[in-house]
Amino acid sequence: MILSVRDLKVSFRTNDGLVRAIDGVSFDLEESEILGVVGESGSGKTVSLLAVMGLITDPNASIEGSIRYKGRELVGLPPRELRRLRGNEIAMIFQDPMTALTPVYTIGWQIAEQIRAHQNISKAKAMARVEELLAEVNFPNPHEAMSRYPHQLSGGMRQRAVIAMALSCNPALLVADEPTTALDVTVQAGILDLVRKLRATHKSAVVFITHDMGVVSELADRVMVMYAGRVVERGSRMELFSDPRHPYTRALLGSIPPLTGEKPRRLPAIPGSPPSLLRLPQGCAFGPRCPVHYEPCVTGRPDLGIGTHAAACFRVAQA
Amino acid sequence: MTDSPILETRSLGKRFSIGTRFSAEGKRTVHAVDNVSLTVRRGETVGLVGESGCGKSTLARCLVRLYDISDGELLFEGEDITSKSLSELRPLRRRLQMVFQDPSASLNPRRRVGDLVAEPLRIHGKLSSREIAARVAELFELVGLLPDHVMRYPHEFSGGQRQRVGIARAIALNPDLVVLDEPVSALDVSVQAQIVNLLADLQEKLNLTYIFIAHDLSVVRQVSTRIAVMYLGSIVEEGPAEEVFATSAHPYSQALISAVPVVETTPSGTRKRIILTGDVPSPLKPPSGCRFHPRCPIAVERCRTERPELKEYRPGRKVACHFPTV
Amino acid sequence: MIYAILRRFGQMLFVMFGISVIVFLIFFATPGADPAARIAGRNASPEVLEAVRHNFGFDRPLYVQYAKMMEKIFVTGDLTSFVNRGWKVVPAVMDSIPVTLSLVFGAAILWVVVSIIIGIVAAATRDSWLDKLLMALGLLGISMPVYWLGEVMNLITQSRYHDSWAFSWVPPLGYKNFSDDPKGWFLTLIIPWITLAILYIGIYGRVLRAAIIESLQEDFIRTARAKGLSETRILLRHALRTSLIAFVTLFGLDFGALVGGSALLTEVVFGLHGIGKLTYDALQNLDLPMIMATVMYASMFVVIANAVVDFVYILLDPRLRTS
Ligand SMILES: Nc1ncnc2c1ncn2[C@@H]1O[C@H](COP(=O)(O)OP(=O)(O)O)[C@@H](O)[C@H]1O
Ligand SMILES: Nc1ncnc2c1ncn2[C@@H]1O[C@H](COP(=O)(O)OP(=O)(O)O)[C@@H](O)[C@H]1O
Ligand code: SF4
Ligand code: SF4
Ligand SMILES: [Mg+2]
Ligand SMILES: [Mg+2]
Repeated sequence: MILSVRDLKVSFRTNDGLVRAIDGVSFDLEESEILGVVGESGSGKTVSLLAVMGLITDPNASIEGSIRYKGRELVGLPPRELRRLRGNEIAMIFQDPMTALTPVYTIGWQIAEQIRAHQNISKAKAMARVEELLAEVNFPNPHEAMSRYPHQLSGGMRQRAVIAMALSCNPALLVADEPTTALDVTVQAGILDLVRKLRATHKSAVVFITHDMGVVSELADRVMVMYAGRVVERGSRMELFSDPRHPYTRALLGSIPPLTGEKPRRLPAIPGSPPSLLRLPQGCAFGPRCPVHYEPCVTGRPDLGIGTHAAACFRVAQA
Repeated sequence: MTDSPILETRSLGKRFSIGTRFSAEGKRTVHAVDNVSLTVRRGETVGLVGESGCGKSTLARCLVRLYDISDGELLFEGEDITSKSLSELRPLRRRLQMVFQDPSASLNPRRRVGDLVAEPLRIHGKLSSREIAARVAELFELVGLLPDHVMRYPHEFSGGQRQRVGIARAIALNPDLVVLDEPVSALDVSVQAQIVNLLADLQEKLNLTYIFIAHDLSVVRQVSTRIAVMYLGSIVEEGPAEEVFATSAHPYSQALISAVPVVETTPSGTRKRIILTGDVPSPLKPPSGCRFHPRCPIAVERCRTERPELKEYRPGRKVACHFPTV
Repeated sequence: MIYAILRRFGQMLFVMFGISVIVFLIFFATPGADPAARIAGRNASPEVLEAVRHNFGFDRPLYVQYAKMMEKIFVTGDLTSFVNRGWKVVPAVMDSIPVTLSLVFGAAILWVVVSIIIGIVAAATRDSWLDKLLMALGLLGISMPVYWLGEVMNLITQSRYHDSWAFSWVPPLGYKNFSDDPKGWFLTLIIPWITLAILYIGIYGRVLRAAIIESLQEDFIRTARAKGLSETRILLRHALRTSLIAFVTLFGLDFGALVGGSALLTEVVFGLHGIGKLTYDALQNLDLPMIMATVMYASMFVVIANAVVDFVYILLDPRLRTS
């Protein structure tokens, strides 16, 4: 087991009240496994991963629960210890490649900086390694690319540079926060291919966040669906897509227009919009939008329960 | 009814100059839209797809004359409006409307949404304030907002509701043609379907013609009757939406469509997929011959030198490739 | 590249030409600002006025007067003052330049170094008592009028406590040439440097702190943290480096203006006969040739400072370099 998160809660004190961004999230990740995390914006995907990385710097945040990396508790670890893990054992890829790199340094410099932060090697050695890494993420001309500034690269190439950086220390765990959302589908296809390949060569476990069901279904071994700060369904890729159980998962899958075959005259849409975390509905957070909502849903909050394929819904528990 | 063209372009082009004569590389020209001939018929929805930077937004803005047109002609209901002045365009503005991607950026945050929707009515119409209020209420109902929402400010709405306000504004003057530039791209997945349905309902009720841009290809397929695939400023394939998706003829369309991730329950990686190598070339230095040749998996020598024209190879299907899959 | 430099040079010339014309017109063509009346004195008779007018060439067409003046500044260099007849303007300006440059350069080094330290420390400890203290001090520095501060400095170091051990080294007011007496040059300038720098330390410290804190919100800082870099390295190599762009803009403008004569108050309080003082006196007396010369000189520095800022920009921000 690489990562084991138990009952993680992250909340922020704001002027409007307490925002419970993450409210009791638990999951496990095995070696070289890809876990897909799907959810709409604001469902808490980024915050949960930042918590894992120890990157929540907001002084108004409070983090509870347990995050164990290879058996070692990360919550409450001194910053110095965390820093030794970050970028070395655990690496992260961010959503927007346009802004994820420091604009005033070359990408070679930035990747070498990370290598030298964790390994005691010479600048020349680090640069040689950078060239290898850029070749590995399919830069057509890695040597020349090293001396490029971020603004001189396209979005896809920048994301490749960020991935090369993330891989520079052979991380056991790679955390990717919507790495392809800002990219074109053609470029996304290349990046997804790369992630698959790297999982095979580097044996890294991957947590891959996205809001695109299609992307998860192509990449993930196991999937976790989030809604309003909680996990509403989890299961293996096959379980989740061939037998979606939670009404939200079902509705979300149903509202995606098909790419082949007959076009429906109208799309089966989910009414309303995701709730504000400041004013969560009573009981099940999906209640007001749920097509099969009934009395118990207002009185209690459904638990995810145990088992590999589980859904946090009273209807499912009942069945 | 669907046969009379409402909007037509003939070899339309849009060039931007960047830099000045004095800058290091001198004055350069971006050919953002190049030689586009497109016919839009009344009541249909033409979807524009292509990678970012291929000129979709620029073409859209040319079509409603938000941009001046550099080359070619633009015809609205058969009338040449390529070089009409702003004042000559005023009566047409009412009939050609545009909806933008970011609903919050196009709405003034300091004004009530009722006011925002009433604005075009005040500018163009000759209605009394009572008639305007009635029309605003009617529009709110049409786009699925509640009557008491008129007093709210944009920030009090969710993204989906803001986009409804944007749509209400666009249809306030009973336009004939609405250009929608990525209207659902900024919205949550669960909300996108609502807006797509709303657009379909409005089209039916108000007999609207749409030009629809989105980077989500499945959304474009759902919405559009016809599709034009753009690459580096030009149309490379055009045809009925379902047909283009099912049997695309241009290697670029094939790669684009195969790259869309779809939910599948078969073991992963089984779907055939064409992964393009290399980046989209800069429109400042477009490749010779077929613009797609540096990335095309089946390019041959001829593609390097000879630029394929967009030709109708079957009624309703056009492609710009020397070796189309037909 | 050569083209860009030439273009820049052309722009500079054009700007200076524009400024000279405007200044010339303000003092010559503005109704009620008859320089002859000024020179001849308040109760001069019309005959005297006429004589003065003819004497100074005020009866010739404006463009001739302008051209003559430019020629005398740039070509022959023998323009003379209207007020102190026979006083050559160009050498007077030349003599003042080292004074002003000494004052402004020293103060600039001081304020840049100190404000960078203050900005970094305040940003690193933001919202702590130290940050609040530094920012309050900065505000104090900004709100103290330079003239008043200079007088207080003089009061303390020249009279009240001059004989105490702390300030007995302070030499009397005035400027000493660097080449004659380097130690004296340095000692006389220490107090003026501090006085002039305090205002700018306040401004720059606050600006830099704000810029660093803004940088710290950027995505690339999160990337830097995810790389496992130390907070110090993140602050200095990533946040500070990207914040310097705002800092440099401000510096270029202020430095240009100060060298061009805005250090006037400091010069006056400390009896330094620099450009500021020269300009001030010329304005007092409506000494047009002197005004003209100092304005030309000042505009030259402002324009040069702008060009240097542009150049430093390109060094600091690779996005501005075209590939
Ligand atoms: N620093 C913060 N202060 C207050 N609220 C925050 C902060 N960071 C995130 N949130 C809130 O937490 C929720 C989850 O955010 P996030 O994890 O970014 O969502 P996702 O990545 O799924 O789109 C959002 O409602 C967001 O507004
Ligand atoms: N105002 C402009 N000035 C210069 N170039 C522009 C301008 N607008 C767009 N472009 C360029 O034209 C091309 C097409 O842009 P755009 O129409 O926005 O593409 P899309 O909407 O398909 O992403 C791009 O290369 C873009 O850089
Ligand atoms: S618990 Fe009730 S409201 Fe929630 S998803 Fe299940 S049925 Fe719907
Ligand atoms: S013309 Fe040639 S290069 Fe262009 S798309 Fe067809 S085969 Fe490919
Ligand atoms: Mg996120
Ligand atoms: Mg666009």
